Amino acid sequence: MMNQTLKNSEVNLKPGTVITGKWNKKSYHIHACLGQGAIGSVYLAKQSDQKMVALKISDKTASITTEVNVLKSLAKVQGSTLGPSLFDVDDWIDRRGQCYPFYTMEYVRGNELRSFLRSRGDQWLGLLFIQLLEDLERLHQQGWVFGDLKIDNLIVASSPPKLRWIDVGGTTQIGRSIKEYTEFYDRGYWQAGSRKADPSYDLFALAMVALHYAYPNQFDRGSHPSKTLIEKVKSARLLAPYQDCLRKALQGRYQSSEAMKKDLNKILLQSQPKREPVQNSGKRQRPITKFSAKLAWLESLIILIIASLFWIIYYFI
Amino acid sequence: MKTGTLKQILLITDGCSNKGEDPSMVATLIQQQGVTVNVIGVLEDDQSENPVGLEEVEEIALAGGGVSQIVYKQALSQTVQTVTRQAMTQTLQGVVNKELKHILGDNQTIDALPPEQRGEVMEVVEDLSETSNIEVLVLVDTSASMQNKLPTVKEALIDLSVSMNARIGKNRFSIYTFPGKRNAINKVIDWSEKLDKVSSVFPKLTSGGITPTGPALKEAMHQFSKTGLLRSLKRDDESNLEEFGS
Repeated sequence: MMNQTLKNSEVNLKPGTVITGKWNKKSYHIHACLGQGAIGSVYLAKQSDQKMVALKISDKTASITTEVNVLKSLAKVQGSTLGPSLFDVDDWIDRRGQCYPFYTMEYVRGNELRSFLRSRGDQWLGLLFIQLLEDLERLHQQGWVFGDLKIDNLIVASSPPKLRWIDVGGTTQIGRSIKEYTEFYDRGYWQAGSRKADPSYDLFALAMVALHYAYPNQFDRGSHPSKTLIEKVKSARLLAPYQDCLRKALQGRYQSSEAMKKDLNKILLQSQPKREPVQNSGKRQRPITKFSAKLAWLESLIILIIASLFWIIYYFI
Repeated sequence: MKTGTLKQILLITDGCSNKGEDPSMVATLIQQQGVTVNVIGVLEDDQSENPVGLEEVEEIALAGGGVSQIVYKQALSQTVQTVTRQAMTQTLQGVVNKELKHILGDNQTIDALPPEQRGEVMEVVEDLSETSNIEVLVLVDTSASMQNKLPTVKEALIDLSVSMNARIGKNRFSIYTFPGKRNAINKVIDWSEKLDKVSSVFPKLTSGGITPTGPALKEAMHQFSKTGLLRSLKRDDESNLEEFGS
C-alpha cells in the first residue's frame, strides 16, 4: 500500500558497495536487493567471513530500533526459530555524513509461498499452514502477535519445506494496538474486528493469505465486507477443503492457533485417500444433475403450456 | 515518566492556499503552543508527480513539527493512521531527547546513542505512544476540487478512529472543514471519542476557488482546550516537558 505514496525511505545501495558499521566496525559487501518496504530496504550481503546475511537498512532510526527490539525478544524464546536470528546492529555513515541505522539477520533461503505452491501443488497449502500455526501458537504463548502477516512476508524454506515469516516489523505485544498492517489482511479494514493485538488477529490474516493465493488480484470490500469474504471463500475451488476452517478464522471464532490447527489437521487426515472419494462424490452428484434436468424440462413444458394458453386467449378475444 | 495529552492537527488538502496568512507561519505559531501540525496532500489519479501546489504540504508540516505525506486517494486510509502515529512517536522522541540532553549534556539525542541503549530508550517511547492520550483535530479542505475525494476522506477518518481506539490511551477527535460559510472553519463533529458517526454529517461542498489554509489553521488552534494553551504560552520552551509531568 505504501508504494502508492510518493515519499518513502528507500536507501539505494548498488551491488558492490561496502558498508562498515560505526560502532562494531564490521564490514558488509552488498550483493543484491532482496526487497523494499515501508520501513526500509533489505539487501543480501556478505560478511568478511564469507557468510551471507540479510541486511535491513533505513533512515528511520525509531522503526529499525523497534524491529531490533522485537527480534531480540524473539531470540530469548529458547529452542525455536520464531524469527530470523539477529546478528549485528549498527549505524552506517555515508559519504555525506548521513547516518543510516541497520541490522543484519539470518538470510532465509527459500521460495515465495506462491511459486512454491504452483510448482509443488496446492495440496501443500494446508500442511504449510499447520506448520505456521505451530509457530504462531508459540509466538502467542510468549505474549506477541505477528501483526503484518501477508503472503509477501512468508517464505518456504527448503529441505524440508517449512513455512517461515521474514519481516517482524508488525510484531506487537498482545493487548496493544497493531503496529503495522496491510489493508487487505487487516480485520479492521474488513470491519471484522478491532486492531487490538490478540491471537485471532493473526488467524484472520492467515485466512486472508489463503484468499490472496486463490485471488492473486485481490478483490474489493463491497458494501458488506464480511459477507464478501465468506462468498469469496465459498467460490474459490482450491480452498474448498478448508472452507469451514477459513470461515471460522475470518469470523474470529478461533481463540487460539492450536484450535485452528486441530481443525486443519482433521481436514487433512480426512482427505488422505484422495482419488476414490473424488470419484464417489462425482457419482453422487450425477443423480442430482439428472433430477435438476428433469425439473428444467418440466419447467419449460409449463411455460410452453401457459404461453399457448395466452395465445389461445389472445386469438379468440 | 507520566503521560500527558498529545495534541495534533491533521490537515487534509489537495492544493495550495491562496488567501490570508501564510500557513507555514501559522503552523510555526501552533507548534509553539504545543500542538503538532500534520499535513496530507491528496493527489488526483492522473497526477504522476508532485504538482506545484502541493509543495506547501511539506513546508507546513515541517513548520508545525509534524509529518507530511502526499498520496493518491486509494492510499488515504492507511496514510492517515501512519502519519498520526509517526507524529506521535516523533513528538515523544522529542520529549525524550530533551530529557536526555538534560541528563547527558547537549549533543545527546536518541540517534547518537549506541544501538544497545537506543533500544531501551525506544521501548520507553513506544510504551508512551501506546498509553498517552491524544487529541486530533482533523481539518478537511472542502473546496470544489476535493469533491470526488470526500467519500474517501470520510472512510479514512473512520479507519483512523479504529486504529487509535485499539490503543490503551484515550483518544479525542474533532472534525472541521474549511472554508466555512461565515467563519474560517466549520464544525462538523465536536470533540468525541469515536468517529463512526461521520458518515451522515459531512457537509455540502463550498464551491469557488478560495483556499484560506492559514486562517483555517489559526482558528483550529483555538479549538484545543484554552487552559492548556495559556499555560503553554506562559511556559514557552518548557511546555512540552510540563505536559509530560516529568
